[in-house]
Amino acid sequence: MNIDWYVTVSALIFSIGAVGVMTRRNPLVVLLCLELMLNAGNLALIAFSRMWGNGDGQIFAIIVMVVAACEVCIGLGIIVAMYRRRLPIDVDEIRELQG
Amino acid sequence: MAELFFFIAGIGAVAGAIGVVVLRNPLFSVLALVSHLLCLALLFLLLRAEFIAAAQVIIYAGAVMVLYVFVVSYVGGADEVIPLTGGGRAQRLLAVAFGGAIFAELAIAVLGTGLKALSGEGAPYSPGPQAFGTPAYIGRLLLTDFLLPFEVATFLLLIAAVGAVTLARRRRGLESGEPLLARPAIDYSRPGFTGTMAEAVGGRRALTAPDPDEPRAGDERPERVPS
Repeated sequence: MNIDWYVTVSALIFSIGAVGVMTRRNPLVVLLCLELMLNAGNLALIAFSRMWGNGDGQIFAIIVMVVAACEVCIGLGIIVAMYRRRLPIDVDEIRELQG
Repeated sequence: MAELFFFIAGIGAVAGAIGVVVLRNPLFSVLALVSHLLCLALLFLLLRAEFIAAAQVIIYAGAVMVLYVFVVSYVGGADEVIPLTGGGRAQRLLAVAFGGAIFAELAIAVLGTGLKALSGEGAPYSPGPQAFGTPAYIGRLLLTDFLLPFEVATFLLLIAAVGAVTLARRRRGLESGEPLLARPAIDYSRPGFTGTMAEAVGGRRALTAPDPDEPRAGDERPERVPS
């Protein structure tokens, strides 16, 4: 398969994730859509890495996975803290993160 | 054969992504993301990224998604109420239009580019124990050329783990009036409830739990003088 097919699939997944981030109101689902966008970036990185036959893109993809895991960790921690404080789990209601 | 697998995995990945956005129940969204990640791992395999495909399945679709499932079960992922009238609908349409614009722009940028290599099969590949994308290849790169990013990533993971524990712990352990264990001597050097792991799990803390209505030591504020 040509590389441009992979990059097109990556662009499609990225835009689906962007639509999800903009439309959904549950912060859990917003985090999931962020994962979609990060994974689309990973797919593009690995496709370009294959295109050049160079492993640097794959290392970059691993680092992106690490950053995504950290972001999930912190995001879910914030959601659990919100739930403990009986705050609504809704990004439209949460307008500030103080205290 | 590669074309067949590409289309199966690509359609699965896109369908999983649409499922994440469209499904109302957050738990089903998580499951759709798991299927999306599995299809994406197949695409990585087709791109000769064997190690990353394995890491994707084990770490992403395994560990990270288990964390998601636990949090969805804990928070109680209620079905989202979708407002179909008023500002919500306009915003939704606008978001879909914006997403379509992003895709069109990216597709033009990718397919309209003059890069000849982009419409090729990629660099020549010969299988072998040290070939492109194998664990040996990735490991050698990570520990030689990319040692600093590797170390920074480990620190980032450590900081994220500590941050998650700090964010999600219990702030006030026990009810007031409940008898508490004696606290160790080092605890006297700091004011109460300023946060240790032992306090978070309700272990050794202050000798008596303070009454929340009563101002604590170190909590005094200047009295407001009635004018």
